[in-house]
Amino acid sequence: MKPVDWITQVLEMAAALAAAPVFLGWLNQCRAWLQNRRAPSLWLPYRNLHKLFHKEAVIAENASPLFRIAPYVVFGAMVLAAGIIPSMGTRLPLVVSADAIALVGLFAAARMFMTLAAMDVGTAFGTLGARREMMVGFLAEPALLMVIFVASLISSSTALPVITAHLASGHVGLSPSLAFSAVAFILVLLAENARIPVDNPATHLELTMIHEAMVLEYSARHLALMEWAAQLKLFNYVCIGFALFFPWGVATGHIGPAGLLVAIPALAVKLAAAGLGLAVIETVSAKMRVMRIPEFLGTAFLFAVLGLLVHVLLKA
Amino acid sequence: MITTLPPLLTGCVALLCAWVLVGLAGLLRPGSVRFAGRTLFTLGAVLGLGLAVLAGASLLSGGTERLILPLGLPNLPVHLRLDPLSSLFLFLLGASSFGISVFAGGYFRQGEGTLPGLLCLQYHLFLASMGGVLLANDAYGFLVAWEVMTLSSYFLVTTQHRIPEIRRAGFLYLLMAHVGALCLLLCFGVLQGGSWLFTFHAMRAAHLSPGWAAVAFLLALIGFGAKAGLVPLHVWLPDAHPAAPSPVSALMSGVMLKTAVYGMLRVGLDLLGRPLWWWGLAPLILGLLTIFYGVVFAAVQTDMKRLLAYSSIENMGLVFAGIGLTIVFAGSGMPAVAALALLATLYHCLNHSFMKSLLFLGTGSVLHATGERNLGRLGGLIHRMPWVAWLTLIGTLAIAGLPPLNGFVSEWLLLQSFLFAGQLPHAFVNLLIPMGMALVVLGAALAGYVMVKFYGIIFLGQPRETSLAHAHDCGRLERIGLLWLALGCLALGLFPLQVVHALGAVTGQLVGAAVPQASAHWWLLAPVPGRSVSYGPLVFLTATAAVVLLTVFVVRLIYRQRVRRGPAWDCGFGAATARMQDTAEGFGQPIRHLFQPFFEIERELPEPADRTPRYRIAIRERIWRLAYEPLARAVGRLANAAARIQQGRISVYLLYSFVTLLVLLAVALIS
Repeated sequence: MKPVDWITQVLEMAAALAAAPVFLGWLNQCRAWLQNRRAPSLWLPYRNLHKLFHKEAVIAENASPLFRIAPYVVFGAMVLAAGIIPSMGTRLPLVVSADAIALVGLFAAARMFMTLAAMDVGTAFGTLGARREMMVGFLAEPALLMVIFVASLISSSTALPVITAHLASGHVGLSPSLAFSAVAFILVLLAENARIPVDNPATHLELTMIHEAMVLEYSARHLALMEWAAQLKLFNYVCIGFALFFPWGVATGHIGPAGLLVAIPALAVKLAAAGLGLAVIETVSAKMRVMRIPEFLGTAFLFAVLGLLVHVLLKA
Repeated sequence: MITTLPPLLTGCVALLCAWVLVGLAGLLRPGSVRFAGRTLFTLGAVLGLGLAVLAGASLLSGGTERLILPLGLPNLPVHLRLDPLSSLFLFLLGASSFGISVFAGGYFRQGEGTLPGLLCLQYHLFLASMGGVLLANDAYGFLVAWEVMTLSSYFLVTTQHRIPEIRRAGFLYLLMAHVGALCLLLCFGVLQGGSWLFTFHAMRAAHLSPGWAAVAFLLALIGFGAKAGLVPLHVWLPDAHPAAPSPVSALMSGVMLKTAVYGMLRVGLDLLGRPLWWWGLAPLILGLLTIFYGVVFAAVQTDMKRLLAYSSIENMGLVFAGIGLTIVFAGSGMPAVAALALLATLYHCLNHSFMKSLLFLGTGSVLHATGERNLGRLGGLIHRMPWVAWLTLIGTLAIAGLPPLNGFVSEWLLLQSFLFAGQLPHAFVNLLIPMGMALVVLGAALAGYVMVKFYGIIFLGQPRETSLAHAHDCGRLERIGLLWLALGCLALGLFPLQVVHALGAVTGQLVGAAVPQASAHWWLLAPVPGRSVSYGPLVFLTATAAVVLLTVFVVRLIYRQRVRRGPAWDCGFGAATARMQDTAEGFGQPIRHLFQPFFEIERELPEPADRTPRYRIAIRERIWRLAYEPLARAVGRLANAAARIQQGRISVYLLYSFVTLLVLLAVALIS
């Protein structure tokens, strides 16, 4: 690994940190337009974070140290995940140490810390949110792993850059197995990021919320880190989708200024399209009952397994 | 003779004998907790450490030592052998028993059923017999040690024999263990292949027809599967493991289950020679079923030790699925991949031994501090018992399979070997394997659910009972025991390449291929032949720590406000009490709802006008009603039928003898 690769590595993480709030802003804007509302500013998530970082933090009296550590761990996990996913270049030094299975493990670790922190204060909402989050997680996590396995069987590796480079090399069209797993992936993405058919990011109605219920007790900088981590998670999932299904424009060699000139606009265009697509999905679908979520995710899991079977049967 | 004594094996045997002596010493002052509990258990722990050192040295040297001891019946000496496979499991026994014994030294108290001195004897006999199982090189020695192991653990399970449920659990354990032992007896009978020599050496040399070999394999699978808690032979495990005192539960879950794995590997991959690939399907499918079954039941438990027992069932499923996969690959002429699958299996055995012992000991401390095993009456213990809580957190994260801890490494290895399934030459299995992979992954994710429930309800939140305010942290010896096991979890997670290196001798012995070291770096695990995949937990941990610390630093830099403590927000609802948190039943509700057909649920719901409403829900396994109860009734009927010829009068019995003699005479005359 050359120094230039380490620069790529840091650049990717920094880009994710910077772009994640904007991406959420863009998604909210698209949603507002589609719903005939006046759109909030693209920079609103930034202002929100800025505001939270300058407020006094209130922590519940019986919160343990775990409660204060969790936001940093969750945030750190998401930043690290951004460094493993090849969003601009595939020459990432960190990827040697963490492949796609470790990436899913990283997401699981973040989830675990978040749910434990939610249970720490001991309010009814916290445990309710934790329970629901684990219900979503235990089906979404295997579905995501199965989606990744389809791509890794095609490219004989579980390292994401190898997968991306193989899929981008052109002799793989959109194979039927990948089509199945793409459907599964979209369902997982919606569920994992608390988007509309599963959870409503705009509501504080207790009976339906999942993610918001878990971060209820957080305030100020801790809340800011949690929110930023959630934005990063959405960004990371979208980038995993690009890496598996739309790997075009990602620099496969040592990245240089010329490579960046292609990679950054390509990523921006893909992100804009993804935001619009997500907004459309969220606008045309309605929030479902909590106990319907396992059916939704079970469908995703089965689609992913089907993708794997199709790959084994057709070798495609 | 004396000059050629093999050093390591002799040392191991001496340590096992010393364990027995330590146990016997407990009888000197059986009532003294100070002597039997503190001193002798600590001494036993040191012996365990010595065993781990000797076995580790043997494992690293990769050599084999043999010894014949002229004990027992004339012309039937005891054959012992220390090869890489037994070294590995001896190391596991020594290393985890060190932590457990040190903990036990601080754990046992007066007035808990059996006297401490007697407990000490049973405990150390149990340890020594497990060592005997691992060292035996003939069927006699193996089965004798196996029986001593079963009996000593039976007495340990029934320590609190005044409680009827515990006596029942002990009886069930004894029954199932003997069903298994009978199968093993038959299995060794088949394995000697007409030579009537019961040394393992002769069994390796015997040439069995494929049919008989398959019978032997199946018998071994039933026999060892009953010990390991493979579905549907698992019914004793969730009763027996929680009934024992916590250090014994730890020993049973952490170590005794591994002797079953050892036996399965010894028979399936060593004594039977080259296995046929389709034998592997049985452990693979049973293992996959066990994973799913165990974890789903673990998610709905309300007793913390039962929850861990079901989680052990799940983990043994994972191990047996790994064994099945190893045999499928080895029988299909893919030794390198078979070595990878075997590596995952062995690694998981080591991991589970440390993680599950740690968790069981943690529940032991909680049990002593609070007197409660029901999750619904615990909570908030992280404030009262910080040592136990933080050390248990390591075990919790490890068993949930999170990087960079040890549970992740073995799951990673297992998934990597599953990913090779597409290259198998059997089309049917190729279709089966993705489903298996899906089950493994689903099991791992559900294990996360179970562990959040376990940890969150015991240690986090508000105390659900007022009595919990008096809970105290564990003592010094207990802390050392927990710390040792937690450090083991960390070390196994952070230095996988060194562990894989040490395990190379075992894979070489069993499937004839060591895992190639594709990586040039000591911190990077890249065991997959011909593929560019790798995992570096140290870099992973360093990167995570760096990012987290940088975040803390930057946040401190820009954040100028102070932090204030206040009452919990809870959406502004002021009247929240500790009883409004989720109970164990509540947290398991989604799983109960989703997998309803698996359970037999008995609900006790209050009437609408009830002044003191009570809500109770009991979950049983359907397998009891579908299989075991009809079986028990059938056995009862058979026994009743047989009882008809028992008249209780001496003349009738004399008549029976007379008739038998006549029949025998007739047979002799005719032939």
